[in-house]
Parts: sequence; C-alpha cells; structure tokens
Amino acid sequence: MADLYQIENLRLSLADMAAKPLFGPAPRLEILKGLTFSIPKGSVVGIVGGSGSGKSTLGRALVRLLEPSSGAIRFDGTDITHLSEAELRPMRRRFQMIFQDPMSSLNPRHRVSAIIAEPLRLHGFDAISDRVSRALDHVGLPRHFASRYPHELSGGQRQRVGIARAIALEPDFILADEIVSGLDVSSQAQVLNLLERLVRELGLTLAFISHDLAVIRRLCDQTIVLYRGEIVEDRPTADLFDRPGAAYTRELLEAIPLPDPAQPWF
Amino acid sequence: MSFLAIKNLSIGLKKGPPLLRRVSLEVSSGEERGRVWESGAGKSMIGKAVLGILPPSVEVTGGEIWLDGTDLLRLPLAERRRRIGALAALIPQDPLTALNPSHRIGPQITDRLVDILGWRRADAEARARDLLTEVQIAEPERVMRAYPHELSGGMRQRILIASAFAAEPKLIVADEPTTALDVTVQKQILKLISQMQARHGTALLFVTHDLGVVSKVCQRLSVLYAGMVVEDSTVGDFFAAPRHPYSAALLAATPKYTDPQAGLNPVPDSVIAAVRAEVAAFDRSAAHG
Repeated sequence: MADLYQIENLRLSLADMAAKPLFGPAPRLEILKGLTFSIPKGSVVGIVGGSGSGKSTLGRALVRLLEPSSGAIRFDGTDITHLSEAELRPMRRRFQMIFQDPMSSLNPRHRVSAIIAEPLRLHGFDAISDRVSRALDHVGLPRHFASRYPHELSGGQRQRVGIARAIALEPDFILADEIVSGLDVSSQAQVLNLLERLVRELGLTLAFISHDLAVIRRLCDQTIVLYRGEIVEDRPTADLFDRPGAAYTRELLEAIPLPDPAQPWF
Repeated sequence: MSFLAIKNLSIGLKKGPPLLRRVSLEVSSGEERGRVWESGAGKSMIGKAVLGILPPSVEVTGGEIWLDGTDLLRLPLAERRRRIGALAALIPQDPLTALNPSHRIGPQITDRLVDILGWRRADAEARARDLLTEVQIAEPERVMRAYPHELSGGMRQRILIASAFAAEPKLIVADEPTTALDVTVQKQILKLISQMQARHGTALLFVTHDLGVVSKVCQRLSVLYAGMVVEDSTVGDFFAAPRHPYSAALLAATPKYTDPQAGLNPVPDSVIAAVRAEVAAFDRSAAHG
C-alpha cells in the first residue's frame, strides 16, 4: 500500500520561554529528536506517550501547524516540510485536525451550521448547505442540530461537530489529538465507533494521539510509542500489545488500571 | 456508625431540576476504604456538599450529612465550617489551579495550620517537611521555597496530597485527583493516596468516572445517574456482576487493553430510556409527598 505520509529524521525545536533571559533570545528546546516513520494510506496510526513525550508536537508538525527545524515530511509525494503559509493553503483542505477540547475549538457565538460551513467557504466549495447537512448525517447528528449553538450540545455531540467540520472538507488525512479524553465512557465509545466507521466509509487515513492504550488497541492498525521526543516502538498494534518490546511500553501498559479488582496493580 | 453518613441528600439549583436525588451513602474510617462514584452530573456535588463548598447557585434541599456523629446541616454556619475544617480535607482535581501561582509552596501548606487551626509556625513548617518527605518529594526544603510553575504536574498533585493530610483529617474527599495526569504518574499518585489513607486510617470518598481506578483504589462504590444512586455495592460484587442494567452498560463501555473486542460499547438507548424513566418516576413520587 502506498504511503500517505513519509517522515524522515524529523526534528523540531521550540523556544523555551520558561528559561528565557530578560534580554536576548530564549534557548531552543528540542522536542522531536529525529523521527522516521511512514503512514500508509487508509490506515489508522496511534501515537502514544506520556506528557512531554512530544506526541502533540508531532501531530501539529504533521498538519504543519508547526514548522520542523530539519528533516522531511512528505505528504502524498509532496515535500511540505518548509512550505510557506501561502503554498500550504491549497493543500490544507487535505489534512484536517480534530481538537481535544471541543468547547474551546468551536466558536461559541456561531451556530453549528456556520461552524461547519466556514472552512468550506474558505476552501471555495459550492453547495455548502448540502455539504453541511451531509456532514451532520455522516456523524449521526440530526439535521436540525445545524441551528444549535455549541453550549446547547453535550460533550459527545460537540466532538461530533468537530468531526463533521473536518470531514466536510473531504480530507485525505485527519489528525485526532486526545479527542475522547474529556468524555465519559459511553460518549467515548460512541465517538470511537463513529471514527472507525468513517475511516471505513470515507477511506480516511487517521492519526490518533492518545495516552489511553486501551483506546489505541481498539482503534489503531499501527502504534508509535514516543518517549522524550524519540520513537521507542513503531509496530502493528496487536503485535505491540502481545509482545511489548521497549521497557517504556511495558511501563505504560502496566500503568493502566483494568476494570477488574483481581488484577494485581500497585 | 460510619464516620460519614449521607442520608437522603437532595441538592438542586435554586431554579431548576434537582442535581442529587435523595442520595444515601456511608464511609467508614480505617479498613473500609471508602466509596466511589461513577458517571454523569452530580458526583462532584456530593463531595462539595460534604465539605460545605457548594457553588452559591446550588442549595441543599433535603437530607442529612452526618460527620463523626453530628448532622452538619443542623449546625450554625460558623460551627459547621469549624467541624469540617478540623475533620475533613479535599484532594482537588486540577493541581495547577488549586495552588496559588504567586505564592511559594511552603506557606500554601502551613498557612491553614497556623491561621485556622492555631499551630505554631515552626511546628507547621516541620509538619510540612515531614509530609513532603512522606509523599516522596526529594529536597522538601527546596520545594517549599519553590513556586507552583517550577514543579511538574505529578509533583503538584503530591503537594496537594501532603496538604490534604496536613491536619490529620478523618475524611478525605478526592475529586477526580488523577484525570489531569499521565497514566504512569496516575499510578504513582493512586498508590500514594492508598498508602497514605491506610497509614493514617482516613476514610476516603473518591470521586471518579474511571472504573479501572475504582477497581484498584476502592472497596465499595455507588453508581450515579442524574444524581440518583442506581447501584451501591462492594467492588468485588460490582465487577463480578453489576446489578443495575445501567452499571452493566457502563462496564461494557469501558475499554480493556487486554481484549480489543471487549469494551467501547456505548450505553444502549434502551438502557438510558429505562434509567431516565426511573428518575422521572422518582421525581413524580417525590412531588406527591
């Protein structure tokens, strides 16, 4: 299968504002330390790691919200590593993002219809209201939700609006960054089942960032484990869970409390 | 008699539907490790009601909260606050907002002991140092001089645990104390809370939505839906065979990394409809007396 993303020796450093002297530039902090991997078309890739492992930074580099310091990101054959904002704009439709907190990523003053329509308009789509309705159908929200405001929705419904906004643009790739960590277990299950279905129906490629290995196991074909900006494992998910290779992966697995009082844990 | 006994507690917005519907539960001190809550609105409200920190728009509309043999709701406000302050403490959810960013750590632990409980400052500082050591913080002297932003999330949560145990409370309310943390840090923090609780013989009321965490930290649990207790059982019984269809559905929605086929089944609409009908029936019977 062809690769949608090819990442080579990706490095990314950001200014460390906590250590900035009063005058003069802030020191650079290397977040991603030379990552190499690929994402096949149509696959679901899980990116896991503890806080500070660089998983969100990696996600933001993939959709070029951040510019890498060195290395290469090839998206469907095009090198997007250092493209300018103007050069990226026509491509942006193809890689979309769903955010962690739908309350802060949906404009509270806009109705659901306007929230989904705005990126469509920016990217020059026609028949926008049809597309909004179809996007709502896809995520299983009734069409009359188009006239609601985000605060009138539950957490799970808001997250569906975020998904509808992303898929309305007919992207090739979606980055989902911790999108279920704020939801209760039932809404979490609904949103994950929805993603599973959309990946199948729309032929999407999905990168799913999470700290929850149980969710990753259910959803992802391939799992990348990050630790302090480096890849410690990159393997098919079932294989990784059956035979975790790196000590850090085992530590992550053992830290998950199974809903079973018989599991020895502490 | 249990150390904390909540009887038929109802809480509501001043206008609008009830948030808790005649909730009853008991937490003993010592070996029984306390109770836990699952799901939906209302679970945080119980802890807040016990500690007397409900938001101003919310009021207790009925019931009793017995703490160490006294019904708190019958006491005058000042007396109630004094009792709660002496007997109970909170481990909050978010360690960043719970600490004052512009004060050093030391005074944030000791001020309460000095100003409210009347300790001598030197005693309070010695106690803070001991507690920071007990929660496995290296260099407690340095940490007491640090500001919150200089510390990691795990460190801040340890400090809040130390602070909660500072005045030797008989009851600790832990409100989702690990949801903001990483899984590996979560494990350390839960272990620490369990150890501290066992060592100090404290009763623990643990509020969480994570059934995995419940199965590790708690001995009993109460499952809430819409502020109503739908199931109340021991952890062993619950995970072996949940009695209420809603709790069974919650368990089926919880993913397991050991079994990719298990879990992640949303609570079926029929179960939601049934439990909503239960709540509605409850409200009707309450309205008729």
